[in-house]
Amino acid sequence: MNKPVVATASLAGCFGCHMSLLDIDERLVELIDLVEFNKSPIDDIKKFTKDVDIGLIEGGCCNTENVEVLKEFRKKCKTLISLGECAIMGGLPALRNDITVSECLAEAYLDGPTTVNEHRILPNDEELPIILNKVYPCHEVVKMDYFLPGCPPSADLIWEALVALITGEEKEIPYALIKYD
Amino acid sequence: MADRISIYIDKKEYFTTEDKTILEAAQENGVYIPTLCHLPETESSTSCRICTVMVNGRPLTACSTPVGEGMEIDNSTTQITEWRKSVLEIMFTEGNHFCPSCEKSGNCRLQALAYRYQIMAPQFPYQFNEREIDATNDKIIQDHNRCIICKRCVRAIKDEHGRSFFAFIDRGHKLRVRLDRKLGKELTDELAEAAMEVCPVGSILVREKGFETPIGQRKYDLERIGADIEQNGQMKNHE
Repeated sequence: MNKPVVATASLAGCFGCHMSLLDIDERLVELIDLVEFNKSPIDDIKKFTKDVDIGLIEGGCCNTENVEVLKEFRKKCKTLISLGECAIMGGLPALRNDITVSECLAEAYLDGPTTVNEHRILPNDEELPIILNKVYPCHEVVKMDYFLPGCPPSADLIWEALVALITGEEKEIPYALIKYD
Repeated sequence: MADRISIYIDKKEYFTTEDKTILEAAQENGVYIPTLCHLPETESSTSCRICTVMVNGRPLTACSTPVGEGMEIDNSTTQITEWRKSVLEIMFTEGNHFCPSCEKSGNCRLQALAYRYQIMAPQFPYQFNEREIDATNDKIIQDHNRCIICKRCVRAIKDEHGRSFFAFIDRGHKLRVRLDRKLGKELTDELAEAAMEVCPVGSILVREKGFETPIGQRKYDLERIGADIEQNGQMKNHE
């Protein structure tokens, strides 16, 4: 039997959730026996080479590239999981959600106290993804199947959830593992 | 002495006295009914609706409804659990609750209830409403992003003449709690800490008191909200 395939991505996140995944420590050895990794920063595979069983998404959507990647994951992954607060509610990047994009850009590139921008240029190269008006939780862009809260979700929570998904056995999650911070 | 009566919570018989509310009767019998806006010793505000139970087939708030002989109360049906989760999810999406950066995280009643009901993500869209942070007072900071308008601070924090330090201003969706500018100058350290404690979320913060307890030792890190009440009940059953 083929091993289940896992893919991961970090959108508008800080890679903390990926670090937490690595925090399962020696169980990583067990994990690579259980699953095969495809597109992920962990193995540095940049493009999907096959359909995937489980997709883990860290971070919400703050620009057009995030939306594109998320939609691609939705197409390729049978089960898609929001991993961490940013994927679930936008997280700290969403602190800008009650501020207009023009104000944010002005603060970052024009008027910030440490900004040097002689020609007052805002980043506008066509190669750059466009910033969205707000930071969106993943489930407001595509359908997400499961949510693992935490900032980051604890390694144990990620492990329990992955094992439950791979083995197909429902698990009771201990109280101490579900945290929003 | 009030008369002893029997009530049924989730089909189980309990004894109490007539002068109690459903909430009080449940608590003394070790049955946990979640509360947010409720404050013992003060008049119920019944604004949060989280303590809603079914009484003889009708939804009523447990904090304000007196018990009656033979009352049949449902506290844990799927419907009630779903209602309670909805109430919490509305609060999480209506305000701006950034738990990872909140000083009250781990000690927050709203968060603790969401943990208890295992809310992984709310079913409603996030509003991201614009709210102000008021840091004009020397002792406390008011973060309106997190306020759930429970009125606990208004009811609990008073001076020796019975005047409230906090009050509601504006109406409808603009309604918010404001610390009285003049009276606020007389806020003592004890009252400021009491205000932070009475706030069920992280809306009232005492300066330099955030993040005092390390992660893992905070109130709801290991023990779920209501566990104390349930343990009392188990001990009582054992006796």
